[in-house]
Amino acid sequence: MTGHSLNPDVGDPSAAYAIRPGHSSGGRLERLLREGRFAVTAELNPPDSADPREVYERALVLSEAVDAINATDASGANVHMSSVGICSLLTRAGYAVVMQISCRDRNRIAIQGDVLGAAAMGVANILCLTGDGVEVGDQPGAKSVFDLDSVGLLGTIRSMRDEGRFLSGRRITVPPRVFLGAAENPFAPPHEFRPLRLAKKVEAGAEFIQTQYCFDVALLERFMSRVRDLGLDRRCFILVGVGPLASARAARWMRANVPGVHIPDAVIARLEGAANQRAEGKAICVETIQRVRAIAGVAGVHVMAYRQEELVSEIIQASGVLQSRRRQERTTR
Amino acid sequence: MYTVRLWSVRHARTMELAYGAFESVLRALDPLFGRIGYTRLERPVAAAERAIKGLLFDCRMCGQCVLSSTGMSCPMNCPKSLRNGPCGGVRRDGFCEVAPAMRCVWVEAYDGSGRMRHGGAITEPLPPVDHRRRGRSSWLAVARGEHAPSESPLRPELLSKGRAGGPKRSALP
Repeated sequence: MTGHSLNPDVGDPSAAYAIRPGHSSGGRLERLLREGRFAVTAELNPPDSADPREVYERALVLSEAVDAINATDASGANVHMSSVGICSLLTRAGYAVVMQISCRDRNRIAIQGDVLGAAAMGVANILCLTGDGVEVGDQPGAKSVFDLDSVGLLGTIRSMRDEGRFLSGRRITVPPRVFLGAAENPFAPPHEFRPLRLAKKVEAGAEFIQTQYCFDVALLERFMSRVRDLGLDRRCFILVGVGPLASARAARWMRANVPGVHIPDAVIARLEGAANQRAEGKAICVETIQRVRAIAGVAGVHVMAYRQEELVSEIIQASGVLQSRRRQERTTR
Repeated sequence: MYTVRLWSVRHARTMELAYGAFESVLRALDPLFGRIGYTRLERPVAAAERAIKGLLFDCRMCGQCVLSSTGMSCPMNCPKSLRNGPCGGVRRDGFCEVAPAMRCVWVEAYDGSGRMRHGGAITEPLPPVDHRRRGRSSWLAVARGEHAPSESPLRPELLSKGRAGGPKRSALP
């Protein structure tokens, strides 16, 4: 594996940066956010393949524009290369990753072991998710686990990190130093409960949040206003989920088939009215990034460009959110 | 039964009052239960609890009842058994992502909590389920003082804004 050539300074993936006082991890995503810089993360579409090159190719495309790469954990309940596997490859190559952990497929024994393994590999960020139901994926006959929920998972990893103990109370000799994240969907009912649910996640240990796709900025503004009232924007970093819609047809499909995705009719109408729908989808994404950046309490964006990874870099450049950054400092841990 | 379950949530305030009184009785019975023997009581009490709460809430006998913290909507009816709020997949009409014919138990829970005096408990993170307790009586655990869902520390300030007549939390009598 020649992955180390991407960052020759990181020979041992577990040798993170020194952890600054008050920081949970040695990772650069946490550093940037705590320095008050607008952060960009993006989702890597996991391959249906055992070839590591597919992971590296996709990561390389994203790496120009993002501060950390999310490794999804069978999102949509579809089988792909695992988040642990992808993180193992990416940390070896020196990339900053956000390892997603879903509660759907593994119980507390498996998950706690994976957290230790991930931290040992150099994973600095973990996103705690409940996970989509098996019914929506490609293995609807599977047995779903849901031993923990996302809040329980946050609490579990926080106590592993801060108290050096497993859920059972047993001691951990070297705790996993990870920056803890959670997801929130401001666009799903019950809308009034969403900020309170966020508060619950922050209470349980969430330090950063990556939201579901935002196609309705007005709804996000209402959510953020309540989040600020509760003071949550000062207790966690909120990265708003965005992504380019490939066409009006793709948007309709997503709205009907991907749980929790809310796309207003006006957005679909705008795509339909465009001569080049793909370009329009990209333009909508750029505008969304610029509009959410202006909302108080938004600390960054999380780009999910399903099968359009090559667009991420262009979208981020066009949005201008990283204009103040030097290019070479991004993505490495 | 589904319709009874929805009815219970709509009458969450009544359920709360009734349970508050029942809980006091349970606690008062601790010495008596101790003399009879909790082990001996486990089966009959669990059976009674299953019948009554099964009818009212579609109770799944997790053995660590948190109805007081979930607006009287049993979270174990969530296909993901979420104990801390709705997942991100709730449909636009408030129905479940996984079981589209069922109202999201957390949409119901939020509605029920708004009707309760101590509904603010819904904002408290709850610990993971202890699967060893499955099938056992929560009532006996309450009597023994091992389980007190209604006395978890609460943060009423979270619910005091943004909701007409938002529930206020105070200690139970």
